[in-house]
Amino acid sequence: MTSLILIIVGSALIHNVVLNQFLGICSFLGVSKQMKASASLGAAVIFVITIASAVASILYDNVLKPLGLDYMKTIIFILVIAALVQIVEMFLKKKSPAIYKALGIYLPLITTNCAVLGVALTNVQNGYNFIECVLSGFGTALGYTIAIVLLASIRSRIKEEDIPAPLRGAPIVLIAAALMSIAFMGFAGLSF
Amino acid sequence: MNKYFERLYNGVIKENPTLVLMLGMCPTLAVSTRAMNGIGMGLSTTAVLILSNFVISALRKLIPDQVRLPSYIVIVASLVTVTELLIQAYIPSLYEALGIYIPLIVVNCIILGRAEAYANKNTPGLAVMDGLGMGLGFTVALTLAGAVRELLGNGSVFGINVLPEGVEPIGIFVQPPGAFLVIALFIAIMNAIGIKTRQRKLVEEGCGGECATCSAPCGETEEVDKK
Repeated sequence: MTSLILIIVGSALIHNVVLNQFLGICSFLGVSKQMKASASLGAAVIFVITIASAVASILYDNVLKPLGLDYMKTIIFILVIAALVQIVEMFLKKKSPAIYKALGIYLPLITTNCAVLGVALTNVQNGYNFIECVLSGFGTALGYTIAIVLLASIRSRIKEEDIPAPLRGAPIVLIAAALMSIAFMGFAGLSF
Repeated sequence: MNKYFERLYNGVIKENPTLVLMLGMCPTLAVSTRAMNGIGMGLSTTAVLILSNFVISALRKLIPDQVRLPSYIVIVASLVTVTELLIQAYIPSLYEALGIYIPLIVVNCIILGRAEAYANKNTPGLAVMDGLGMGLGFTVALTLAGAVRELLGNGSVFGINVLPEGVEPIGIFVQPPGAFLVIALFIAIMNAIGIKTRQRKLVEEGCGGECATCSAPCGETEEVDKK
């Protein structure tokens, strides 16, 4: 049980996917302009990464490994993720149009979010079993959501400050991310 | 021939994928801890980019428009798998250093971006040069970021110590926050140069009133001129 909690805390805070592993930077910088969009994207990412980790884990353990095809994992995983995002999109459109509308363009864009493929590949590398894969996927996505929501709230304050001209736009956001990253390094001291 | 060299110039300087277009930020931030890693990652990506541009350009009349993105992803993923196996077999030290970021070349936006923006509209020869130019531009940016971070954080460049005795390197620069800081600095420098040229242009040609696309502070152009 402790090891399972450790996986969630570790992947959400200690090895934060954005601030420590640098995955999903594009959407982290691009979408964090608005608080609401950030929270929606976070929710969508939690949804997709958790399911993608589960499916990738099942496929790897039951199909790729017994057939000796584990070198095909990159190709198979990216196809699974693309198909999955498509299915999730169609499902939400039909069953819950409200959520679908809230997520908008960010849902299909998750396919190219390297965090999804990154988590699937790291899980396999670490030799996690099914439950550990799902938890690590969920924890990673939770870490992504925490980071993007925090950055969105910092950016809403930055907007009102007088910033030197060359630092406006991307540089000040990256500096904010750097400070967040320093803060998150503190979690490395967590031990059970 | 001129056309081919123009692609190289375009990729390395004019439309540098990392510093100007801001594509492929994930690998830039992640593997730039050492200058050597930057070169390794840059060249691996260049190899994939040249091959994917070539294949996609050669197949551009065969791939139906509706399924082009899935087709591109499969092509890129196959090439990345081949590259990964080759690196694992022949340069195991680089494979260890780059780890998960080699398979993640698949989702590098530079590759799909060039396929969509250039390779599927041009001949294989031009597409290869475009891939080479963009790949080299990416490599230059990565190596530069790696060298700065290695110098500040580790006191060395390409593994050779350059700091004098007794000068302590700033460790944070080889850790994750340093990546964000160094890239922020690079973009700020590019911005500063851009603002200067734009202001000079404003003084010469006058402001067209396009405040929406202008990042130069209004009314400060005269002060700069006096200096």
